[in-house]
Amino acid sequence: MSRFLVPLIVFAILIPIFIIGLGKDPSRLPSPFINKPAPQFELPSLTDAAKTVGSTDFANEMVLLNVWATWCVGCRQEHGFLMQLSRSGEIPLFGLNWRDNRVEAQRFLQQLGDPFVDSAFDQDGRVGIDWGVYGAPETFLIGADGTVLFKQLGPLSPAIWEENFVPLIEAARDNR
Amino acid sequence: MKIAGLLLTLLIFGSAAHAIDTSEAFDDPELQARYDKITDEVRCLKCQNQTIKDSNAFLASDLRREIRRMLEEGMTDEQIYDFLVQRYGEFALYRPRTSGKTLVLWAAPVLLLFGGALLLWRILRQRMAMPLDDEQGEEA
Repeated sequence: MSRFLVPLIVFAILIPIFIIGLGKDPSRLPSPFINKPAPQFELPSLTDAAKTVGSTDFANEMVLLNVWATWCVGCRQEHGFLMQLSRSGEIPLFGLNWRDNRVEAQRFLQQLGDPFVDSAFDQDGRVGIDWGVYGAPETFLIGADGTVLFKQLGPLSPAIWEENFVPLIEAARDNR
Repeated sequence: MKIAGLLLTLLIFGSAAHAIDTSEAFDDPELQARYDKITDEVRCLKCQNQTIKDSNAFLASDLRREIRRMLEEGMTDEQIYDFLVQRYGEFALYRPRTSGKTLVLWAAPVLLLFGGALLLWRILRQRMAMPLDDEQGEEA
């Protein structure tokens, strides 16, 4: 009897593990920064090279930091939603223009609109590495105390926004 | 035969000589060896089944540049791995370090081997204990 029972039990244990494993997308890595302090940075502004943009610009307020580039298809895809979000005034948006060309990036914002308070210009990807960025677009939700609350990989959409960001933003605002 | 062997070796390993990493070699051979070892053990997060040594994605070249900078600054291998794990998680390392989280990963092969050996030993002992009635069984 146990001759069949043991393999059956092992099989029954393995199947749910495999099913869970199949549902996971291995290209989506959890950010090690969740609920940890966001890395500090200071970079030249994309729009005005004489100015700097950095963590100090969004101290004490909850913001979004969107990693974008002109070569990134998903960034174009989510741009309309970012514009809408920016107009709603729900939360300030900052950009991290990652591994890009300044002129092209400025043109991108002129043509499609600029949803950002300002974009930091990370030409050599140094700050991107500090933030564990590995593919644009990525969007970080940073709390007023400077901790990373959430990281979205890939383009934002109204559905993703409602599901993942809104509850965290409301909870953080209620706590204050 | 010798020549055929040589050609085959060249054919197999020759492709590895295609340099993706075009940066200059270190003056210090020891640093170069450490650089080669580390870049061969770090996963390119953008193209996950390649090491950053094998990948020509710009993220891989950025990470190579950072590793080079850290080596030149005199950081230890451990500090460099820490730098990467802090930013990208344990997944960035092809050779995960022994920690609470990866213990199962490291222990699994040993446990499976011992489990298998134990099982084999029990089965064999059971069979040895059985009377030798195989011939009878065949006849029946």
